[in-house]
Amino acid sequence: MTTITHHLDPATLMSFSAGSLPEALSAVVATHLAVCPACARELHGMAAIGTALFSGLAGVRLEKPAPVMALRRSEADVAATETTAGSREVPAPLARLIGGSLDNVPWRRLGLGVWHHKLSSFDGDLRLLKVAAGRRMPEHGHGGSELTLMLRGSYSDVTGTYLPGDVADLDDTIEHAPIADPDVGCICLIASERPAQFKGLLPRLVQPLTGM
Amino acid sequence: MADLLQRIATGGDVSAFGQLYEAFGPRVKSYMMRQGADADTAEELAQETLLAVWRKAPLYVAEKGSATTWIYTIARNLRIDRLRREFAWQELPEGHDETASEDPAPDEILSDSERQVRVRAALATLPSDQHAVVSLSYLEGLSHSEIADRLALPLGTVKSRMRLAYQKIRETVEDLR
Repeated sequence: MTTITHHLDPATLMSFSAGSLPEALSAVVATHLAVCPACARELHGMAAIGTALFSGLAGVRLEKPAPVMALRRSEADVAATETTAGSREVPAPLARLIGGSLDNVPWRRLGLGVWHHKLSSFDGDLRLLKVAAGRRMPEHGHGGSELTLMLRGSYSDVTGTYLPGDVADLDDTIEHAPIADPDVGCICLIASERPAQFKGLLPRLVQPLTGM
Repeated sequence: MADLLQRIATGGDVSAFGQLYEAFGPRVKSYMMRQGADADTAEELAQETLLAVWRKAPLYVAEKGSATTWIYTIARNLRIDRLRREFAWQELPEGHDETASEDPAPDEILSDSERQVRVRAALATLPSDQHAVVSLSYLEGLSHSEIADRLALPLGTVKSRMRLAYQKIRETVEDLR
């Protein structure tokens, strides 16, 4: 088990803790949290912020009285939350969406050495991206927040090397053009707040590795 | 409040439920209205939140946090589910917490209520620009980009204010984690 060195920005965790993070980004956060105890502890502490603000609210009078309760609960009510079995490579939150393996993903070719699989019905854009060995990651965002979680293989850029479990939660002011692992390439989960465009994919791919 | 939950959990205590309803219903309604629900919808969601509290009470583990935290979490998840029609990716704090063994020993943890008092004090001392982004995020339910639009600020500025606020809160509550 590798040590996770690239964590979530506390601002992202706060938004998740508040329940205000767009859903596609939340899916990536939940998947990272499943393998990152450090971020999970951070999030646990943040619950106190929401609770404190909630406690401080002035109540608004209820129009109706409390409903009359039946005494019995059903078994389903108290069953623990359904848990999907997850693994290091496909943590439980992601397994909910794609099943337990990265080997059965119905990839669609996006360009030379790049495949994707879009996970639909999300607010924002969530997709798996597979990049062949040594290829440059396509630039896909258009402002707004973006998160990339490494699932298999690795990629590197000026901010370092991202191994499985690492998440890139970068300010959009950082210029970065990650290159997939020279031997095995990579598979990652990418969320962006706005629909992804993959603009400029082709020009970048016809001149791979020659710099900007 | 935790004892009310306990009575609901073990005995299906209807009067305990009534008290909990009185204590939390108005605040949940207020929260839902801040999150953009109209008064009728907010009332329904408050009722639904408390009904979920009734049903899920046996899952409540006092050691995992206060009754307030637990009810707030149910309300927040219900808001995501109903008002945004999205999956709530955060589970309730329940017994089966894989990271539990990495938590600090019980005697190192501030009591949850003590922690809330300190966090509230820390929130009160935040510069107003930092307090605003935290409040818009937690109470109005706005994403960072929506906050940026609302305040006419660059996205990066919103995020850095959130980070600064968090640092201050953590300094005040050393063991917030």
